[in-house]
Amino acid sequence: MNRIDQRFADLKAQGRRALIPYITAGDPAPAHTVDFMHALVRAGADIIELGVPFSDPMADGPVIQKACERALRHGVRLGHLFEMVREFRRDDAETPVVLMGYLNPVERFGFEAFADQASEAGVDGVLLVDMPPEEADLLGPVLESRGLSSIFLVAPTTSRARAATICAHGEGYLYYVSLKGVTGGAAADADDIAAHLAPLREMTDLPLCVGFGIRDGASAAAVGRVADGVIVGSALVSRIAENAERPEAIPAALEAVLGEMRQALDA
Amino acid sequence: MSKFSDLTRLPDDRGHFGPYGGRFVSETLSFALEDLEKTYRRLREDPDFQAEFDYDLAHYVGRPSPLYHAERWSKQLGGAQIWLKREDLNHTGAHKVNNTIGQALLAKKSGKPRVIAETGAGQHGVATATVAARLGLACEIYMGAEDVERQKLNVYRMRLLGAEVIPVESGTRTLKDAMNEALRDWVTNVDDTFYIIGTVAGPHPYPMLVRDFNAVVGREARRQSLEEFGRLPDALIACVGGGSNAMGLFYPFAEDDDVAMIGVEAGGDGLATGRHAAPLASGAPRGVLHGNRTYLMSDEGGQVSDTHSVSAGLDYPGVGPEHAFWKDVGRVEYVAADDAEVLEAFRELTHVEGIMPALESAHALAHAKRLAPTMRPDQHIVVNLSGRGDKDIMTVAKLDGIEF
Repeated sequence: MNRIDQRFADLKAQGRRALIPYITAGDPAPAHTVDFMHALVRAGADIIELGVPFSDPMADGPVIQKACERALRHGVRLGHLFEMVREFRRDDAETPVVLMGYLNPVERFGFEAFADQASEAGVDGVLLVDMPPEEADLLGPVLESRGLSSIFLVAPTTSRARAATICAHGEGYLYYVSLKGVTGGAAADADDIAAHLAPLREMTDLPLCVGFGIRDGASAAAVGRVADGVIVGSALVSRIAENAERPEAIPAALEAVLGEMRQALDA
Repeated sequence: MSKFSDLTRLPDDRGHFGPYGGRFVSETLSFALEDLEKTYRRLREDPDFQAEFDYDLAHYVGRPSPLYHAERWSKQLGGAQIWLKREDLNHTGAHKVNNTIGQALLAKKSGKPRVIAETGAGQHGVATATVAARLGLACEIYMGAEDVERQKLNVYRMRLLGAEVIPVESGTRTLKDAMNEALRDWVTNVDDTFYIIGTVAGPHPYPMLVRDFNAVVGREARRQSLEEFGRLPDALIACVGGGSNAMGLFYPFAEDDDVAMIGVEAGGDGLATGRHAAPLASGAPRGVLHGNRTYLMSDEGGQVSDTHSVSAGLDYPGVGPEHAFWKDVGRVEYVAADDAEVLEAFRELTHVEGIMPALESAHALAHAKRLAPTMRPDQHIVVNLSGRGDKDIMTVAKLDGIEF
């Protein structure tokens, strides 16, 4: 069983919800990323989504766009991400790591080389926001052959037929996008989310995790009541941005935000 | 029997042209694209829709556009006869309006009260703002901040037409960033908004429908060639940024194997300098951007490259997926013309024929200037004069050191 499935099995046994933070690798500078990952785990992260910076992050709002720009100023590449994960794994063999980003950097790296190096470094899953299952026919089998989970998005606008396709291809967990819009948008509405998750539950046993619009303990707790996990990105990346000039303050800032969510989620 | 008889059957059901194209978008947009595809496939077969489209092209755009014999220029170049497909004479001054008329009709039939668009040089923005004004649709145009600066006249035109122009400050502040921002808007407002993409790129079905709406250019040029010189042309030349004017001209000739086709990309400072916008001519690697797989200028880390061209409308790192496929199968030859050659062609046509071309179209003219002297006077080249140059006067004046 890979780390993601193991983690959800453990959480289920404990009756707890997954807390999944996202940060952009290399933001504000590559030297800090591994420290931030450990800080997230200390604050209660169950899985870490590590963002692959991209020059054209079409599905992201300004907060994560700027994080990509900060990371790219340091020339952060996939090769650096693999080094970061390798270093993280020296002290943490359990916490699953999912690479999240856009297809082009992976396409340019080469699918085989990407899958080899990702799995060797200790990556567990891959989520490419501009690669829906219909377009995953080239990369998907390569990831699978290296034991990497392909994680897909489901949106409020996803038709029932498409949801069935996504459920059939998805591994690890389903990432339900709670809002129409880009990352960092308006607050999530738990009742609306519950209504959309119900039909998905009938289609799949995959854990249903909800992202977009989770900002604090209250929103995390509200969504946690209807989902198997909550994903938080912009709220954390904003703290990184505010402290970009004094990165030594960032781990504590991340722990404060995520810790509050952990508490609220477990209460 | 044409070697290329399969080309016009594409894209396939998934929107692929061979290995290119597709629908590489965030899940939130999948529904809207499926819906658009369904609507379009239905209306394409609907005679009423086609009649309305044709009526608008005739009475609002002013089609057919003439096929003009540039006799004096041909004589001066001393070779083949050059014929200009006068898309510059369309309402709003470029081929772009063919597509915006079509998509605005789709928006109307879909009941969406708001349209958005990206624009580079501003021609597509103007064409979108124009049809939005006519149909009473709210209209917002995303434009790279650098292009807003380069194309002040078009920005003001769009505002006069009632559109809101939103300067995009992210990334390289040009066309690709405008498209990112338009996609972000669409993801957020997908319920009430129709995204009028301006070129044969983007996620399926856009490359197909933008091609279809522009194919009127090639259909007319084919008929006019037979009328004017009694046979099909020996060569077609068109500039290629995203590639909508080129695809519009080329597509109806796809199976005419004896008609050579040349797409001219923006060579910028020269292909060797890396400062250009010529993914096909420079043999850029395969990549994925803005919903489709194509030739894409990116660095070895997969970060999309900053491009350069004197013409804002060609300043784009990717290219329509159908062009990518036509390059691979050898149906079209893709070359580049650099800024200096383009400016020379711009001045030459203006002086010799009294026609001021858009800097984009001047790329095609620059190649005609190279090709015509290598051909016989009884041979014929059709060049797509895709737009007029009024919008570029400030750019050219600045290069001449003139301030107004």
